[in-house]
Amino acid sequence: MTTYREAIRTALRRLLLEDSRVFLMGEDVGRYGGAYAVSKGLLEEFGEDRIRDTPLCESTFVGAGIGAALGGMRPIVEVMTVNFSMLALDQVVNNAAVMRHMSGGQFEVPIAVRMATGAGKQIAAQHSHSLENWYAYIPGIKVLAPATVQDAHDMLLAAVEDPDPVFIFEHQMLYGIEGPFDPKATPSSPWQAAVRHPGSDVSLIAYGGSVHKAMTAAEELEKERISAEVIDLRSLRPLDRPAIISSVSRTHRAVVIDEAWKTGSLASEISATLAEEAFYELDAPIARVCTREVPIPYAKHLEDAALPQVPAIIEAAKRSLGNG
Amino acid sequence: MSIDISRDDALDLLSQMLRIRRLEEESAELYSQQKIRGFLHLYIGEEAVGVGAMRALRDDDNVVATYREHGHALVRGIPAGEIMAEMYGKANGCSGGRGGSMHLFSLERRFYGGHAIVGGGLPIAVGLALADKMKGESRVTACFFGDGATDEGEFHEALNLAALWKLPVLFLCENNRYAMGTAFDRHVSDDDIVNNPPAYGVHSETVDGMDVVAVERVVHNAAESVRETGEPRFVELRTYRFRAHSMYDAELYRSKAEVEEWKKLDPIEQLKERALGATLITGADIETIEQEVAREIEEAVQFAEEGEWESIDDLARHTYARDLS
Amino acid sequence: MAEFVMPSLGADMAAGTLGKWLVAVGDRVAHGDIIAEVETDKGTIEVEVFNSGVVEALLVEEGEKVPVGTPLAEIGQAGTAAESVPVSVPAAESASVPVSVSVPASVSAGIMTLGGGADLDGPMATPAVRRRAHELDVPLQGLSGTGEHGRITREDVEQAAVAEVQPPSGDRVRISPYARQLARQRQIDFTDVRGTGPEGAITARDLEGAPAKASAESPKERMQRAIAAAMTRANDEIPHYYVEHAIDMGTALEWLREKNQTLSVNERLVSGVLLVRSVARALCKHPQLNATWQGQEVIRGDGFHVGLAVSLRGGGLVAPALRDTDQGSLSELMARMTDLVTRARAGALRSSEMTSATITLTSLGERGVESVTPIIFPPQVAIVGFGAILTRPWVVDDQIVARPVVRVTLGADHRVSNGHQGARFLGTLDRLLQEPGKL
Repeated sequence: MTTYREAIRTALRRLLLEDSRVFLMGEDVGRYGGAYAVSKGLLEEFGEDRIRDTPLCESTFVGAGIGAALGGMRPIVEVMTVNFSMLALDQVVNNAAVMRHMSGGQFEVPIAVRMATGAGKQIAAQHSHSLENWYAYIPGIKVLAPATVQDAHDMLLAAVEDPDPVFIFEHQMLYGIEGPFDPKATPSSPWQAAVRHPGSDVSLIAYGGSVHKAMTAAEELEKERISAEVIDLRSLRPLDRPAIISSVSRTHRAVVIDEAWKTGSLASEISATLAEEAFYELDAPIARVCTREVPIPYAKHLEDAALPQVPAIIEAAKRSLGNG
Repeated sequence: MSIDISRDDALDLLSQMLRIRRLEEESAELYSQQKIRGFLHLYIGEEAVGVGAMRALRDDDNVVATYREHGHALVRGIPAGEIMAEMYGKANGCSGGRGGSMHLFSLERRFYGGHAIVGGGLPIAVGLALADKMKGESRVTACFFGDGATDEGEFHEALNLAALWKLPVLFLCENNRYAMGTAFDRHVSDDDIVNNPPAYGVHSETVDGMDVVAVERVVHNAAESVRETGEPRFVELRTYRFRAHSMYDAELYRSKAEVEEWKKLDPIEQLKERALGATLITGADIETIEQEVAREIEEAVQFAEEGEWESIDDLARHTYARDLS
Repeated sequence: MAEFVMPSLGADMAAGTLGKWLVAVGDRVAHGDIIAEVETDKGTIEVEVFNSGVVEALLVEEGEKVPVGTPLAEIGQAGTAAESVPVSVPAAESASVPVSVSVPASVSAGIMTLGGGADLDGPMATPAVRRRAHELDVPLQGLSGTGEHGRITREDVEQAAVAEVQPPSGDRVRISPYARQLARQRQIDFTDVRGTGPEGAITARDLEGAPAKASAESPKERMQRAIAAAMTRANDEIPHYYVEHAIDMGTALEWLREKNQTLSVNERLVSGVLLVRSVARALCKHPQLNATWQGQEVIRGDGFHVGLAVSLRGGGLVAPALRDTDQGSLSELMARMTDLVTRARAGALRSSEMTSATITLTSLGERGVESVTPIIFPPQVAIVGFGAILTRPWVVDDQIVARPVVRVTLGADHRVSNGHQGARFLGTLDRLLQEPGKL
């Protein structure tokens, strides 16, 4: 068993060892060892040139990552958390995403940007955002959300290898989880959703941190003889629509779990996709279990109440079965 | 004013500035005929900056430019026809018709694009320089931006990062006195931009951007210093645009008299006068250049006119390396 | 020749009143000319013509309200075939966005005004629904809308297209999309199924446990139920009147005999084809009987499509339409009739054939009865019944002779026509059958 953060570190080491074009930069990635201790020890091993502590200037160090990628490097940029990434959003939207298209295919931006996301640590409104949908909205970039230890490793390898800009959202509650990990395993394609728990009565569609809540809900439902299928989206852009439709075509019921606010969320996008492309498969209204539309509060009981929780998932699943 | 250059240099400087001037004039006309659409920011009046700076760089250097970049692209070596075709939106344009006037690109010429978010190109330049430094290249990344960009956080962040990491970036501030429609003294607290970079430990100087000879000399020295030391430098080029910010505006923000004053400093007329005065060139030389330039522009328009439209079937092309849909 | 038709001046416009003609017959018009004023719910709108030529005929009078797509005028232009030309108006003239739609033939029907200032409205449907109806060849007349204020929805049209026999519309049942799809595929009637899904919706599981009776109902039973509903409605709602007439078929049968001698066995005509054709031709002269009743108004048929009542083995009755019964040679009509009856009995009718008849003809001649008093198929407004052709005493030139005689009965809707008109129709029918060579 390995932790999520160790798996990422393993991938970072492998990339740094195997490809001289790869370097890591971001706030506190060097001496501090990373805000989530992901890059601990890498500065000592690879030196200041390849493990770069940046000033607190998200726009410019993300932009510099884009420039370095244009210049032939394979930068891995750690934006400590999604909450700070908004300062770099212009570089993402107006440079990384459009460079290939706007230049008629002459230039490409093979950058990998990692950031922590999500709530649950009582760090209040400014540090608890889930804005994956903002990124998944943008054509020209790709967005991954590893939920498992193996994916945390494999997806970083895939992101660095990819010729397009890839954004990886690591849920901050996952860094400490342990799970099976084989660094030598052939990575599965990160662009396809995975069935984490097969079932036949209802599909629980989730990504990132919510996958674990969906798994717990599925286990609880099983005790009540309700067979829930957990779909881990894994890639948020491109979305694996066929996998979502395929699952719902088996179960005919969908509960979408998303730590984002409901309005305009990825859960909305998935619901719309199901309504458009799987309408005649639906045996119950689509349900969304999302965060309450308030800034994330500090107090634990309030934060818990704001976020999607297992009981709410179970209730939504049962409701879709007509016995909620 | 004396002039200390060769006849060949004088002819080339004049020729390059006239190429820009005539390309821009032709573009304005084509815009009114709706051949060119969208935004169109003309460089008329600022030619000495683009020509002088570009001549000071090496072919292997990187260039990052703004949305007022037709001149930079042209002097950098992107053919006039490809620039014109791009403004037409044709497939034979230098960005395949996807960029337009504001987004000219050339991999071959290391021209990393016209950037149309003010300040947005600065971090890119820092990154390009970072890549060169890490790879051990002796390349300079020249980054053009206007006085308006100095208002942006990226300007200060980029100076700081380039200085902190000792990156070979040549910051070229084309100070044309206006951030879009806001006059310099209404958008900058200090009355002198050159005071900024030293706060980050970056060498800073100013040059008369209407004097192409001076621009070339100063930028050349700065570029070679960057190349030698691997550290960034900053040059402010004081210039003026004779036309509106974009194709048409009411120009409520400046007086006609001010524009007329600056037109007396027209960089092309200045060079002609000095070169003729020094008998480096003759009136016949100018006539010959004008004819050559006219032919080049005519051919460029023809190239654009004859270009194909990209098939709508290829709309999604270049969004990703491989089509995801 | 081009037609200038009632334009759609807004997404929700179904009909408009021709307020004023700004041109007269013989006037030259050019593309873009304003030639009429149309009164809509949103005010008077000037409409332009998109053809150039000479106004050859004004087909609708000022003050007349007609459905969108109805030809208003004919614009002559030598050497061109008739075509339907949608018109639109400049945006500034219209309170809503003008929509230029290609108007399905089925709504191009003329309109017959009734006394008493009845409020006339065409079938309510959006342009998109009309387009869909056109694509699926579903006439909007006769469809009961389930949308707001009885508006015909896309679903109404699509269901009409797949339904063999339209079931009577009832209250909308709450059922999941998946269960509805299953019910359709498995032909399950879910109206009495109790839903156990969210908010009491019927789910796929509920269909599995559906009462045997509901799910075991055969297509024939469903058809019988639909016929029962239609006939009950006809009997309850339509004020029928009847007129009857006996026709000497001697000339017609003689002509038929001679004609058949020139034809091979499988090409031979039967007397029925003469009856069918003569009914269609008579309707041409009495078009008020060739129509449908739409709640408050009559919509004339967009052609003469005689429905043939065909009894099915094992019970059941269908009345598919023989489209454009008035056109083509008798041989062609014979072939089409044979095909239609064969397909009706094989259960291979097209949905459009089930809904497009503008009148029905029933003949019980085969059963030997002398006459039949039929009930109208709603929403049609008339039905013609033939008895057997029987040899009967007949007076010719003051002599009693034996002649083959058929008794024909017209049943018609008194809201739309009256006995005088009905009698004239039967008179026309008689005259037509005395000159069979012209049929």
